[in-house]
Amino acid sequence: MSGNSEPLSPRAKLAVTAGRAAAAVSRVAGRGSGSVIGGRVALRFDPDLLARLARHLDVVLVSATNGKTTTTRLLAEALRANGQVVSNALGANMPAGITSALAGGSEARYGVIEVDEKYLAGVARDVSPKAIALLNLSRDQLDRAAETRMLAEKWREGLAGVDAIVIANADDPLIVWAASSSPTVVWVAAGQEWKDDAWSCPSCGGVLQRPSEDWYCAECGFRRPTPTWALSGDHVVDPYGVAWPIHLQLPGRANKSNAAVSAAAAAAFGVDPKVALERMYKVQAVAGRYDVVTYQDRQLRLLLAKNPAGWLETFSLIDQPPTPVILSVNARGADGTDTSWLWDVDYTRLAGHPILVIGDRKMDLAVRLEVAGLQFMVCADLDEAVRSAPPGRIESIANYTAFQDLRRKVGN
Amino acid sequence: MNESSLRLVWVYPDLLSTYGDQGNALVVERRALQRRVPVSRVDVRSDQQIPTSGDIYLIGGGEDRPQRLAAERLRRDGGLNRAVANGAIVFSVCAGYQILGHEFVNDLGRPEPGLGLLDVVSVRGEGERCVGDVLADIDPQLGLPPLTGFENHQGVTHLGPAARPLARLRVGKGNGTGDGTEGAFNDTVFGTYMHGPVMARNPHIADLMIKLALDVNALPPVDDQWYDALRAERIAAAVQPA
Repeated sequence: MSGNSEPLSPRAKLAVTAGRAAAAVSRVAGRGSGSVIGGRVALRFDPDLLARLARHLDVVLVSATNGKTTTTRLLAEALRANGQVVSNALGANMPAGITSALAGGSEARYGVIEVDEKYLAGVARDVSPKAIALLNLSRDQLDRAAETRMLAEKWREGLAGVDAIVIANADDPLIVWAASSSPTVVWVAAGQEWKDDAWSCPSCGGVLQRPSEDWYCAECGFRRPTPTWALSGDHVVDPYGVAWPIHLQLPGRANKSNAAVSAAAAAAFGVDPKVALERMYKVQAVAGRYDVVTYQDRQLRLLLAKNPAGWLETFSLIDQPPTPVILSVNARGADGTDTSWLWDVDYTRLAGHPILVIGDRKMDLAVRLEVAGLQFMVCADLDEAVRSAPPGRIESIANYTAFQDLRRKVGN
Repeated sequence: MNESSLRLVWVYPDLLSTYGDQGNALVVERRALQRRVPVSRVDVRSDQQIPTSGDIYLIGGGEDRPQRLAAERLRRDGGLNRAVANGAIVFSVCAGYQILGHEFVNDLGRPEPGLGLLDVVSVRGEGERCVGDVLADIDPQLGLPPLTGFENHQGVTHLGPAARPLARLRVGKGNGTGDGTEGAFNDTVFGTYMHGPVMARNPHIADLMIKLALDVNALPPVDDQWYDALRAERIAAAVQPA
């Protein structure tokens, strides 16, 4: 099953060529990497191209609300121990972007593919993956009303007929509900700080009981499955009870969790956890996330937090006070236009940090912080915020388009 | 006023807290404390009994299935109706607003009985989801400045004769009936489709709830500069969308 054992059909070749041409035009026109437009053009020439490209690869899909881009990178790095990998490493995670990424790796043995939550079932049907890694599900982009539990339900239905090993987080009840229709599941105790989207039993609607790390429904018996892999502090514990140290350049508990799931997924392809985890150390900034850039004599760490669960994990990895924190929130299309979610984030966790507020929706943040009883300063833009902090480290946390704005501004 | 204590009850955050609904509780709490009114807040999960001794009850928004579960459990519990009979104040948003009415359409597409605390009946809208900034004039009887909020729903709520519209729309869909109304109230029971959360955008509504609960006509002023800035920005955005 390794490499291209059979050549692509003339039609598929034509589609790949047309897609590359469109991508090149897009790049020349200064419209980004062109991977999405290239994939779109290629799919128009050959609608089955994604399935055809995937046929030559051992594919693993990665999906979640948070952490899917990073996990895709970690897992790709781990699998490189065994052979070439093709991956949509830049986060173009819908069918066009995935097609484009796969078309670029004709010599590869593995395809490590990040998939947008809404497309997971469809992509899984198309590419017949060997494995699927599922990390977490929580509220995101409220105005699109993608009810989190409904998404879990769709995954459950879509994955029921897919013959893949599913590597799933046992600590997220919605993930467990989504994954447990699959015939082969490897459960990983990967943890989850955010719990407010899973107080209701996904099966019967009863109230979930959550004593310490465990969870169960007292009404229907749906409960946390026994994990075979676990994240335990700074270690991944494998099915034999051996604890392997995690060494990452990426900060935070959430990335250790991503590493644990990646190690379990890599093991499904025969990569030893020791080797897998050692290779993961290579992964640095992912699409600018966690990058530290020098800007106006300050060291800005760029942190992306798109939704309440993401903010919670981010607060747990920032430097202690008095490190200043810049917060930037937008509410453009890609962010979701309903800013109510700001009130699900516990900003009191920032007490003691000087807080500088920017972004399109800085007034919403200002009221949020005022009600949280915090001291803060509203600034006109990034430059004013940076100047208001002493030279040294600054943590900057931004949601999706605000993060892009930030990267552009600091030349990242 | 120092002797008074405000008992704030947040109803079913496990089911009805999809749209930052904790915000309304936080704003009421904060603005009461700023007036040196001690607050005791109780968050009641849907497997717990609703206390009947609260002064202000807040019910938030949620998706279709949790809404049905909440209605079933609230009907079985009966505590909220008893509290209102004792004069308690209820402020409800979106899915919670529909639950306070006589009936709404549940996730199975069937009529689901509500609590009958507001003379309204809700159905599911046929058109597109209502999403966007809203601007409306609140019933003059309540003496409040204009209502600003963010709507994000597909419900249509018809008001009966015993319910007054909370506000008249300048921009937005509100109750979705096309008659220019948004929300409803009757005596001490209030309902709205507005997110934001609504009290963060309209702190005077939080103050009104506190005044009703304490039975006072006025509260000492507090610094509203950030609320005012947010209101001005969102009102401008509603009138002239980007």
